[in-house]
Amino acid sequence: MDGLFPTGWTHYLAGGVLIGVGVAIVFVATGLRAGASAFFTTTISYITQRPAFQRAWMLRERTVRTVFAVGLIAGAALFTLLVDGAWFTTEVPLWRLGLGGVFVGFGTRLSRGCTSGHGICGMSSCTRASLVAVPLFLGVAIATAFLLRPVLGP
Amino acid sequence: MRLLAVLLGGLVFGAGLAWSTMARPEVVLSFLHLADFGLLLVMGGGIAVTALAFALAPRLRGRPLFTASFDAADARLDRRTAIGAIVFGVGWGISGACPGAALASLGIGNAPILVAIAGMFVGAWLQGRLLPDGD
Repeated sequence: MDGLFPTGWTHYLAGGVLIGVGVAIVFVATGLRAGASAFFTTTISYITQRPAFQRAWMLRERTVRTVFAVGLIAGAALFTLLVDGAWFTTEVPLWRLGLGGVFVGFGTRLSRGCTSGHGICGMSSCTRASLVAVPLFLGVAIATAFLLRPVLGP
Repeated sequence: MRLLAVLLGGLVFGAGLAWSTMARPEVVLSFLHLADFGLLLVMGGGIAVTALAFALAPRLRGRPLFTASFDAADARLDRRTAIGAIVFGVGWGISGACPGAALASLGIGNAPILVAIAGMFVGAWLQGRLLPDGD
């Protein structure tokens, strides 16, 4: 086990279960299968009138998506404040965060899902779309990280 | 009440992202380098609970607590699904950041992640400008 999980495994499983409970609460309360990436599109719908950003689902869901995103930020902050106290600042260079972010925003919205929308929600319903998307983004991300490693380091 | 429940769901989800350390790009990158397989445990735990909720809730209750009906799963599979997943994978491999984890990362005090979040907004905007969805 130490080889697969050098920092231990209980926090991974516990965190994953909490993520599932969060999705379950939103589903039982509202019927929405909540991923995270739609938030970017629904937020843009507040600031441009272009038809591509005024679809019915965006106007219908944007309040809920915004509240959910606030919850994600606040939930992580509360956990850090009340439980583990481990505030964190990444060492990943800003250009990698920014450039990667553009690809992530474009790709997740084109694919209609991200690690939560396809990875958690879609896999939980075994949709064909997510069964295609998840192996693809996992495989491509691993390949990309390996290809960049000699250039950029870990 | 509906929005309070969504806030609660988001809080629990965000706490899970912090506890699992997925809010740290370094931990995600260590998975992508196949040095630590924790991310698969996180996904597995999340899928187990979510699958249970998605299967049971509509059977136990005809409708959600605060709305008229449960949404059907969005199963549309086309070229967008696959090409988008590939583009996402490239960005995830470069940055170690995905949408939910990036938002939670703000919560654990990681100010530089704002650059990734700004990038995601730019990417989502480009998607809507260049290849908008039909609906």
